[in-house]
Amino acid sequence: MEIAVYLAFILMLSIFLGFELINKVPATLHTPLMSGSNAISGITLVGALTSAGAEHSGLATILGTIAVAMATINVIGGYMVTDRMLAMFKKKGSAK
Amino acid sequence: MNTTLIIGISYVISAGLFIAGLKLLGSAATARKGNILSAAAMLIAVLATLLDQHIIDYRYIAINMAAGSVIGLIIARRVAMTAMPEMVALFNGLGGLASLLVGVAAIEIGINAFIGFTIFLSILIGGVTFTGSLIAWGKLSERIAGRPIMFKGQAIVNSLTIIMMLVSCFVFSASPENTTYLYIVIALALAFGVLAVIPIGGADMPVVISLLNSYSGLAACAAGFAISNNLLIVAGSLVGASGIILTQIMCKAMNRSLSNVLLSGFSAVKNSTL
Repeated sequence: MEIAVYLAFILMLSIFLGFELINKVPATLHTPLMSGSNAISGITLVGALTSAGAEHSGLATILGTIAVAMATINVIGGYMVTDRMLAMFKKKGSAK
Repeated sequence: MNTTLIIGISYVISAGLFIAGLKLLGSAATARKGNILSAAAMLIAVLATLLDQHIIDYRYIAINMAAGSVIGLIIARRVAMTAMPEMVALFNGLGGLASLLVGVAAIEIGINAFIGFTIFLSILIGGVTFTGSLIAWGKLSERIAGRPIMFKGQAIVNSLTIIMMLVSCFVFSASPENTTYLYIVIALALAFGVLAVIPIGGADMPVVISLLNSYSGLAACAAGFAISNNLLIVAGSLVGASGIILTQIMCKAMNRSLSNVLLSGFSAVKNSTL
């Protein structure tokens, strides 16, 4: 139970931080920001890795490995797509 | 130094980079750097996790990570610039599904009512994110009709789903090892994602995707509680909280409120009958 309290403490601080991090984003950055934070939510890959590799039972391993593949697509695709969007954005700015 | 300590320190560095990256993503001049910082944070987190002594078998992990990387790379390269929002929706849905699966896999690790509840949350939020994002993707890419989809008694079906969800929350949390309850929870979560998004019009989809993105962060956060992983909680709740703020900003830019968007289908029908 102690660990749950400690984790809840972390949760509270990061939620407040998340609220404060984002303010006054220009409209052109809405989609890249959404895409970039979507890639961060692929952090569930770390959770998938621990359940895929540990020798619990067949089911946990199978589910974990599928989750690894899904989360990897989310992470790699998410960061690449965000970078592509932001690269175009920059070019437009320098051309003007 | 033992590996647990190395992993712990790497997670602290990774969390710091995620925070800095997210902050930089919010302004035009630094956005690209911010994205690279957060990608570096992810790389550190993954590499550190692979050191975990509990990970015994690397074969399937290697195969699946390679396959996932190739698929992600190909999709990200090929997608047209105009199709970006729906691509984000699709990636987001996969992330939600991954959180759902991590939640289900956590049932094997060890259970008490608290962990049962966090597993319930990761399945529920992950499932809603998965099917909701798929519907949003379908609507934006015009694979399904973009107009609000309504049917008779929709409000009643939605209310019933929510009530069943509340009941199953108690039942499942009390005995997560019961597979029948597990299947019911998964089915309810998947159904609710569809029900929540179909009554919303295609033009409002970017806001919906932003909200679902926030949910996928929360799903990762819930999965973090289920497996006691602090980095999942930090990164997940950062995305959850900042995603809600971004959703509000996007709503404001469209001159609408969030509830206005989410219930748009229902008000449209009301207006048309008047």
